[in-house]
Amino acid sequence: MISLSVVDILGFLLAATRWTLLLSVIAFVGGGIGALLLLLLRYARPAVGARFMSLYVELLQGTPLLLQLFLVFFGLPLLGIDVSPLLAAGVALTLYASAFLAEIWRGCVDAIGRGQWDASASLGMKFFLQMRYVILPQALRIAVPPTVGFLVQLVKSTALASIVGFNELTKAGQIVTNATFQPVVVYGLVAVIYFCMCFPLTYCARMLERKLSISR
Amino acid sequence: MGYQLDFSALAGYLGLFLHGAGVTLGLTAIAATLGIALSIGGAATARWGLQWARALVTAYVELIRNTPFLVQLFFIFFGLPALGIRMTAMEAAILAMTINLTAYAIEIVRAGIEAVSPGQREAGIALGLKPAKVFIYVVLPQALANVYPALVSQIIITMLESAVVSQVAVMDLTHVADYIQSRTYRAFETYFIIALAYLAMAVGLRWLMTRAGSRLFAGRQR
Repeated sequence: MISLSVVDILGFLLAATRWTLLLSVIAFVGGGIGALLLLLLRYARPAVGARFMSLYVELLQGTPLLLQLFLVFFGLPLLGIDVSPLLAAGVALTLYASAFLAEIWRGCVDAIGRGQWDASASLGMKFFLQMRYVILPQALRIAVPPTVGFLVQLVKSTALASIVGFNELTKAGQIVTNATFQPVVVYGLVAVIYFCMCFPLTYCARMLERKLSISR
Repeated sequence: MGYQLDFSALAGYLGLFLHGAGVTLGLTAIAATLGIALSIGGAATARWGLQWARALVTAYVELIRNTPFLVQLFFIFFGLPALGIRMTAMEAAILAMTINLTAYAIEIVRAGIEAVSPGQREAGIALGLKPAKVFIYVVLPQALANVYPALVSQIIITMLESAVVSQVAVMDLTHVADYIQSRTYRAFETYFIIALAYLAMAVGLRWLMTRAGSRLFAGRQR
C-alpha cells in the first residue's frame, strides 16, 4: 500500500485524462465521417443504401458497446491485424459513434421539407449539389444541439476502453485504487473529472437547443 | 488466413447461456421497476417540491447523467464497502442500475408531466379531489402515456449497458461469455453469439413492452 496525497492522485488521474480526450476526439471525427458516408448512402437515388443504413444502425444500437469492443478486439487479430488497446477502442467507438450520429443527422435531414428537394431538383441540381448547397446547410443548423448532446454520451462511453486495457481515466482510477486502497477518494475524483468534461457539453447543448427553438 | 470460425465448441454451454440471459433480464426488470417508481417521485418533487428538494433532484440528475455508468458501478462496488456498507456484487449491480436509470427516467417523466395540460389538474381540484389524488389518478396516467415510448427506450439502453456489471463478477450474459471464451479459446465466436443474443433480447423486449403499452394506455397515447 502506497500513501499518496489527494493532489498526487489528482495529478495522476489528470495525466490519464488526455487519453480519454484523445479517444473521444478520434471517435467523434471518425464517427462523423462514417455518419456522413452513411447519410449520403441513405439518400442517394438507388435506394439500396437505405436498407443498409437502417440495418447498421439497428445492429450497433441494439447490442452493448462492450460486446462491440470485444468483437473488434478479438476479431481484428483473426484478420491478421495486430491490435493495440487504443486501436481496438478507436475502431469500436468510431463504428458506434457513426451509427448514432447517422441516426441523429438522418432525423435532421428528414426535417427539411420535401419542397427543398423538389425546388433544387427543378433548378437542375444533381444529388451531390442538392446535398452540398441546399439540404446539409439547413440540416446542420438543427443538428448542432443533439450532436453536442451525443458528445456527452461518447465521452462517457470511452470509459469502457479501460476493460480492454487502454490506460485512460477509468483505468488510471483502477490502478490508483489498487495501489492506495482509497476507492471512495479515487473513484470520487474520477467521477468529478468526467463531470467537468461532460457537464459543460450538456449545458451547451441545452443552451443551443433553447436558442434554436426561440429563433423558429 | 489460417483461422477457421468454429461455433461447435459453444454448443455445450446452453444451460449457462440461458442462466446468464436470465440474470441480465432479471436485473433489468428489477432496475426498471424500482427506477420508474423512484423517478415518478423524483419528477413530482422536481415539479412541485420545496426549493431545496428541487435543487437536490437536479443535482442528482446532472451528476448521474454526466458520469459514466462504469465509474458509478465501481464507486458503489468498491467505494461503499470502504465506507462500511457491505453488499454482494449482485446488490451493487442492482443499486447502480437503479440509480442510473432513475436519473434518466426523472427527466423523461418530468417532460411527460409538463406536457399534460394544466386544465386537467384544475378540473381535478375543482371536483374536490385532494392534490395527491389529482396527481395519481389524473395527471400521472396521462404523463406516463405521453412518454411511454421514451421510457421503453431507456429501459432497453439500461439492459444493454448492464453488460458492464460483468466487470464486478455478476454472472450476467456478458460474464457468461467471458467464462465460455476462457474455456474454449473461441473469443470471437462467443462474443458474436452473445451480441446477437443481446440484439434479440432488445428487439423482443421492445416488441413486448410496446404491446403492453398499447393495452395499458389504450386510447390515452397521442
